[in-house]
Amino acid sequence: MPGIEDLYREIILDHYRTPRNRGELPPPAVYSEGNNPLCGDDIRIYLDVADGVVRDVKFSGQGCSISQSSTSMMTVAVKGKTVAEVQAFVRRFKHMMTLTNESETVDESVKLGDIEALQGVVKFPVRIKCATLGWNTLLEALTEAIK
Amino acid sequence: MVTTLTEASHNMSFDSAVIRRDFPLLAKQIDGKPLVYLDSANTSQKPNAVIDAMANFMRESYAPINRSAYTLAANATEQYEGARAAVAKFINAKSAREIVFTKNATEALNLIVSSWGRANLKTGDVVLLTHMEHHANIVPWQMLQQERGIELRWVPLTSDFQLDLTSLTSLLSGVKVFSFTSMSNVLGTINPVEKLCAAAHAAGAISIVDACQSVPHSPSDVQSWGADFATFSGHKMCGPSGVGVLWGREELLEAMPPFLGGGNMITDVRLDGFTCAELPAKFEAGTPPIAEVVGLGAAVEYLTNIGMANVRQHEISLSSYVLDLLTNRFGDDITIHGPRNPELRGATFSFAFRGIHPHDISQILDQSNVCVRAGHHCAKPLMKIIGANATTRASFYLYNTTTDADTLADALDSASDIF
Repeated sequence: MPGIEDLYREIILDHYRTPRNRGELPPPAVYSEGNNPLCGDDIRIYLDVADGVVRDVKFSGQGCSISQSSTSMMTVAVKGKTVAEVQAFVRRFKHMMTLTNESETVDESVKLGDIEALQGVVKFPVRIKCATLGWNTLLEALTEAIK
Repeated sequence: MVTTLTEASHNMSFDSAVIRRDFPLLAKQIDGKPLVYLDSANTSQKPNAVIDAMANFMRESYAPINRSAYTLAANATEQYEGARAAVAKFINAKSAREIVFTKNATEALNLIVSSWGRANLKTGDVVLLTHMEHHANIVPWQMLQQERGIELRWVPLTSDFQLDLTSLTSLLSGVKVFSFTSMSNVLGTINPVEKLCAAAHAAGAISIVDACQSVPHSPSDVQSWGADFATFSGHKMCGPSGVGVLWGREELLEAMPPFLGGGNMITDVRLDGFTCAELPAKFEAGTPPIAEVVGLGAAVEYLTNIGMANVRQHEISLSSYVLDLLTNRFGDDITIHGPRNPELRGATFSFAFRGIHPHDISQILDQSNVCVRAGHHCAKPLMKIIGANATTRASFYLYNTTTDADTLADALDSASDIF
């Protein structure tokens, strides 16, 4: 059995205890809702995109430490990035979570920084969905924002 | 559901530590620590009696049923039908013709809604459900609602997690069907089945009992319940997955149109139509889960030998122990969503603990090989009513001991160390 310390790294617990960018954004910011039917968790991502750049991002909802901290770290990372950079960033993250197809190109030069702490989640396959919930919801919000 | 002294005293030797040895998987150790399986409300472990019955059947007796003349097939049919008779006896059905094998309890409920419901319900007809139903007793009705425009009504809960029956008479007014669970898979609440069936009949409605959580844990008597239909799963009662049971009063089943069409459920097929087979074949289209039914028959025999009254008595004692243990040890740090009186509940405990998310709790409990369920338990409307997105659920069965409860409590303490 993999050690629990691989999952609950200090940076993850820190973002869980003190989530960054929690809250909502008023329109014209868009939002998207995601949920994990397995556990009933739900998450909302609010996204303010202007001139092809993520100006602001916030999240609300309920979830476990992994989904909450992963989303919190994600919001910190994507703020200020261009839409194309965010897309590449999400691909890189999903690649780390072993969720990309071989046909998808992943830019290995994209640095995940703190988010690499979530790599340990891969050893607990059931929790991969928790870690990616916020990210998939972000992608949906992004699609909505650039429509 | 009441334990009689005579029945219990027939088997004073009930000892869950001994029973545990009948279940090979429970002897398994992971990282040198024993397995503490507390997820039986989800699915139960299997005794050697069931595993061997299925393996022996497949090694020595496997053949098609109901359709071949050779001896091997005749013997297989005999074993399959023997299991049906055993199930009928187990729940005191009037006849084995009233027992229909399905894929699981979910399919059994869908069968009732699809066959009886479509034949008997029209736009505006009312179906009464309760706030503590599993999705399997909600969604099929909602599907019929979309198709037919039937109305769904709900019996609410009291603050102590019982069904609030104060307005039952008015809720039942004009109702065609009252479909309810005999025991909540989240709260553990045991419902007064006989009283609810009687109230349904008094209002001119039929009663359907989702008995999935109670049949494995207490004596069942569909005739004394006064029910019209009951459904349950094999895999929660020491049997294999892949087989469930629909019991229905014979005259209702007789009058119902078939559910799935195909082989075995007909006596004749012509280019211009078909004639249905007799009960219960009418509802068993195609090759059924033959070995699984044989396994369920073995499970019923196993449970009968132990005595369902003994199982119920054991779970009352264990519930009492678990409730005292968790509340004494954790006080306000734990919220148990369910009745406090062990006589009114099964040994299924959903709880919130120190604000830690159930997914995280179950992950940490897993480090101690404690297997619990985390989530909404396929009862999302109920979860919303009790104000939880998710809960942790520890559910006990005949093979669980007070030691399992102690390990659960110790493991919960270690969850606090991390968060």
